[in-house]
Amino acid sequence: MSSAVVWTVIGVIGLITFALRLSGIQLLGGRELPPALERVLRYVPAAVLAAIVVPALVHGGTNPGLHFENPRLLAGILAAVVAWTTRSVLATLGVGMVSLWSIEWALAS
Amino acid sequence: MTEGIRAIAPMLPGIVPFGMTAGIAALEAGLGPAVGIAMSVIIFAGAAQLVVAQLLGDGALPVIVILTALVINLRMVMYSASLAPYLGTLPFSWKAGLGYLLTDQSYALSITRFMANQYAGSRHWFFLGASAPVWVVWLLATVLGVWLGSAIPAEWQVGFALPLVFLVLLVPVVRDRPSVIAAMVGGGVAVAAYQAPYHLGLTIGAIAGVASGVVAETLLRSRRRAGS
Repeated sequence: MSSAVVWTVIGVIGLITFALRLSGIQLLGGRELPPALERVLRYVPAAVLAAIVVPALVHGGTNPGLHFENPRLLAGILAAVVAWTTRSVLATLGVGMVSLWSIEWALAS
Repeated sequence: MTEGIRAIAPMLPGIVPFGMTAGIAALEAGLGPAVGIAMSVIIFAGAAQLVVAQLLGDGALPVIVILTALVINLRMVMYSASLAPYLGTLPFSWKAGLGYLLTDQSYALSITRFMANQYAGSRHWFFLGASAPVWVVWLLATVLGVWLGSAIPAEWQVGFALPLVFLVLLVPVVRDRPSVIAAMVGGGVAVAAYQAPYHLGLTIGAIAGVASGVVAETLLRSRRRAGS
C-alpha cells in the first residue's frame, strides 16, 4: 500500500474518531439521549470489546484454536478471572503475561 | 483538575505496555515509526490503532480499514452521549478539546463520579485532569514502543497486552443479562467469523452482539410484563 493511501486512511479514521467522540456532547447539548438510540448504543461497548478480546485469545499466539493447548486462551481465562474480581489493569496484565509465559514454557518442555 | 489527575493515576501504568504495543504493531505492519507515532496523535484510540495497523499490514482494502475502525470506536458515541448532561453546555472549544481526549479510561472514571454526584467542583476540569495524562502517557508509550520495538524479543508477546487491557474494560460494561448476551454473541460470532472475507469478522461480531442485546432486552421486558 502506498504511503499516501496509508496517511489518507489514518487521516480519515482520525476525523471519524473525533466526530464520534464529539457527537454526543455537541449534538445533545445538556439533554439526554433519545431512548430508542440509547437502547441500541447501550450494548455497543459490551459487543465491541468482546468482539476484540475473544478472537485475540482464540486465534492469536503460537498454538491458536479452541483447545486447552492454546496458551493465549488459557492465560486469557486466568486473566479474565483476575479482571472480574479485581478490576485492576495492572493485576490483570501481570497475571495474564506471567501465566502466558509459564504456560508456553510448560507446554514446550 | 488535580482531583482528576489523582483519580486516573493508578490506571496510567497499565496504559504503558498497551501504548508500546501500538507502536510495535505499526512497526510490525511495516508502516514505519513516523506513522506509528502519528497514529497516536491523529487517531488516539488504542484498539483501533492496533487493528488498523494489522489490517494495513495485511493489505486490506482502505474502505474496510476505515469501516472496522468506525465499528471499534462506535462505543465513543455511547460515552459521549452519556457525558452530554454534564459537559454538553460548555463552549465549543472545551467540547472539542475534551471530546478529542475522551477514552475508555477517562470515561469510566468520570461518569461514575458525575452520576453519583460525588464531584462538586467543575466537572470539565475534573474530566480534563482525568484525560490529559492518558494522552501524554499514551504518546510517550508509543514513542517508547517505536524506539524499543525491535529490541523487545518476540517471545515476550507484548501484543497480548491488548486483550488483557480490554478484558478489564469489559468487566464494568457487562452489568445485566442483555449485556452479557451482547458480549457472548459478539465474542462468539467474531470467533466464528474470523475467516470472513475482507477482515469483517470483528464488525460482524459487533453487529450481531448489539442486535442480540437489544432483542434480549425486549424479550426479557415483555416476559416480565407478562409475568406481572
